[in-house]
Amino acid sequence: MDPSVLIGLAGVLAAAAPVLFAVIGETITERAGVINLSLNGSVLLSAMGGFAVAYLTDNLFWGFLAGMLIGALVAFIVAFSSITLHQSQVAVGFVLALASRDLAYFLGVPYMNIPGPTLPTWQIPLLKDIPLLGPLFFRLDIITYLSYIVIVLAWLWIFRTRPGLMLQGIGDRPAAAFVRGANVNRLRYIYTIIGGAIAGLAGPAYTLNVKPGWMGTQTGLDGIGWIALSITIFGGWSPMRAAFGAYLFSLLQWLGLVLQSRLPGIPSQVLQVAPFPLMILTLLLVNIGNAEWVQRWLASMPEGSRRFFTKLLRAMRASPPAALGVPFESD
Amino acid sequence: MRVELRNIHKYFGKNHANAGINLDIPSGTIQGILGENGAGKSTLMKILSGYFYADSGEIILDGKAITISSPSDAIKHGIGMLHQDPLDFPPMRLLDNFLLGREGGLFPDRKVVARDIQTLAAQFNFSLDPEAYVDTLTVGERQQLEILRLLWLGARVLILDEPTTGISASQKAKLFETLRTLAGQGKTIIFVSHKLEDVEVLCHKVAVLRSGQLIGESPVPFDHKKMVEMMFGKEISLGDRYPLNAGGKVLELKNLAVEDVRLHMEDIHLDLHGGEVIGLAGMEGSGQGPFIRACSGLLRPVNGRVQVNGHDLTGKSHHIFKRHGVSFLPASRMEEGLVPGLTLTEHFVLAEKTQGVFIDHAKGTKLAEERITSFNIRGTPVSTVESLSGGNQQRALLALLQTPLSLILLEHPTRGLDIESTIYIWSKLKERCKQGTSIIFVSSDLEEILQYSDRVMVFFSGKVTPPLDVATLTTEKLGQLIGGSGWNNLNSGKSL
Repeated sequence: MDPSVLIGLAGVLAAAAPVLFAVIGETITERAGVINLSLNGSVLLSAMGGFAVAYLTDNLFWGFLAGMLIGALVAFIVAFSSITLHQSQVAVGFVLALASRDLAYFLGVPYMNIPGPTLPTWQIPLLKDIPLLGPLFFRLDIITYLSYIVIVLAWLWIFRTRPGLMLQGIGDRPAAAFVRGANVNRLRYIYTIIGGAIAGLAGPAYTLNVKPGWMGTQTGLDGIGWIALSITIFGGWSPMRAAFGAYLFSLLQWLGLVLQSRLPGIPSQVLQVAPFPLMILTLLLVNIGNAEWVQRWLASMPEGSRRFFTKLLRAMRASPPAALGVPFESD
Repeated sequence: MRVELRNIHKYFGKNHANAGINLDIPSGTIQGILGENGAGKSTLMKILSGYFYADSGEIILDGKAITISSPSDAIKHGIGMLHQDPLDFPPMRLLDNFLLGREGGLFPDRKVVARDIQTLAAQFNFSLDPEAYVDTLTVGERQQLEILRLLWLGARVLILDEPTTGISASQKAKLFETLRTLAGQGKTIIFVSHKLEDVEVLCHKVAVLRSGQLIGESPVPFDHKKMVEMMFGKEISLGDRYPLNAGGKVLELKNLAVEDVRLHMEDIHLDLHGGEVIGLAGMEGSGQGPFIRACSGLLRPVNGRVQVNGHDLTGKSHHIFKRHGVSFLPASRMEEGLVPGLTLTEHFVLAEKTQGVFIDHAKGTKLAEERITSFNIRGTPVSTVESLSGGNQQRALLALLQTPLSLILLEHPTRGLDIESTIYIWSKLKERCKQGTSIIFVSSDLEEILQYSDRVMVFFSGKVTPPLDVATLTTEKLGQLIGGSGWNNLNSGKSL
């Protein structure tokens, strides 16, 4: 394979890390039945905060930790206002998304356009020499490696462990989970905050690695939170599928850049924007089986193809945690 | 385990839901708790299973007074409750459902659990696949799963809240057999129901509750008449059968084929006449749902024709069917029938075909008052629908139907309702029939099917009988057909 393609694809993996952290964090939160709609704002705020802290302390670790704390704090506000104060998760999340974004731009002014610390490349010994896989996966940096680990851990936790089963339970039927001994609201607090902290890694992963530095509104991170929210849905609330969505989005963005030079006839804006409608299209396709007209159309098809399409649509369809966004009261 | 309840009181606001209830249930007993909807049965059981605290009173297990702080605490004391709507997790596999909430290490060993399920299931002759998803099970199978799970967790007292609602006759027989076996092993079974006939065949002793009070107790044998009197405070009779006075053809199905993801049914023929009632019997999920939805235009048939009053409506939408006088009342009242949060008045206003943008409140309230009186709904014009009891919600739904109608399609019209409400609802429906409206209804209650239908269609895994004259049917024969036997000599029923 052309080495430049391999390097490009490796770049896609690294560039996907911020989206990945945001998506996995949100997946965990929503699995617990809470929608953290503030994602876009908290990612920006953690990006700015993470960079600022890393710059001031000249220590990358503190930068990443600061990002996680900011994400956790915003998530805590969502949890507190919805679980304890019984306010609408959607309304609070929206306001927080806007407020945190503007706060990031406002507080970030002193740190704009200054060089700061950057995460170094760390090639993993032995693994880096595996043909094809080595240059693709293992010649990157520690935060990208962490993003792989987070996917696997989140998946293991949700689908393989005992507490993960309870996590699915509280998001799906909190009343049943309560009967089986779960302290539903406490668990929702915990998972919302953990999800927020993981999503909070998205910011520093960008400003300390993918595109180092804080450039205010020019940072290029705005919108990533919204995309992450939609990938969470597209990913059917499963870390593996969500990761696939995040990588797909990153790949589309990279293709946009690559094709720009190959296809000069197409305005560059078209290629830059293309990933967004493509994501929406994918979302539509995933959930198309729910539409009544599709059901009617299926019913009018001949036997064999009807069976096939029905099965296909069912397999693609992902059902959200049934109690997503629904508050729980144990009488 | 011996369970004693002493002087249990529970208030909800001013409502005295349990007023000084005393019960003594020795181990190995099947105790029936009988009472109409809202009598306080569920409250009492929720106190015993840790859902509510009693305001005063004692719970004594094997001579030791205990306090139960939560449902999971109750199961630690050996008290497990099977809720009317099984509290499980439909999108999960049986295996994960079983595991959820059981304490243990971080990574549960699913192989061991699967083996446990199979061993337990074999004991009671249940066929449950640990790898299957719960949303593919019937309500009866979900109950079986839940019973096994509670036993697995060490339950020695099993509370069942209205367990015979929504399960088939054969599943009911199996449930009763299981409960008898468990009682034989010394477990204590508390069987909560509003169905007298279930309590009579199963229980060793029965306690009757009415408006929060323990009205009386009786060991076997039970005096049927006395029980009814204790439940309602008066005698109740089922009412006479109305003779069928068939009018013209209302609905005609020709060579109809219907299917959903699991089932395929074909070759269905039906001529439905004005004023006629057709009961659809069968185990839950045997095809009644798709069939009735095809009759209402909600599901497009894969083949064949549907004619309403002589008009071919095949493949038309539900709105067109409605315009031709077809109305459908689905099983899930709150989800598909009523709008939670809206009052009765608002419902009646919504259902009226009036012009103009603004609501005429005075007129709406008057309309609501009229309907509330004529349908005997316990509520006020400003009551929200979710504040009504199940029986009153069903009455409200009936009150919402327009007049005149050609065809009313109903799914489980009296599920979960007590005898009094059931009789009332059917008297209202039969009034409609006298005016020439036809009815097709789905029910898992064989008595209801035989009592109110003129003809019966039985569904069994994708097969449908031709409409059978109800006079040729008995509970036994119907039960056999539902279970899949006796299908070869059916031709006698092809009358009309």
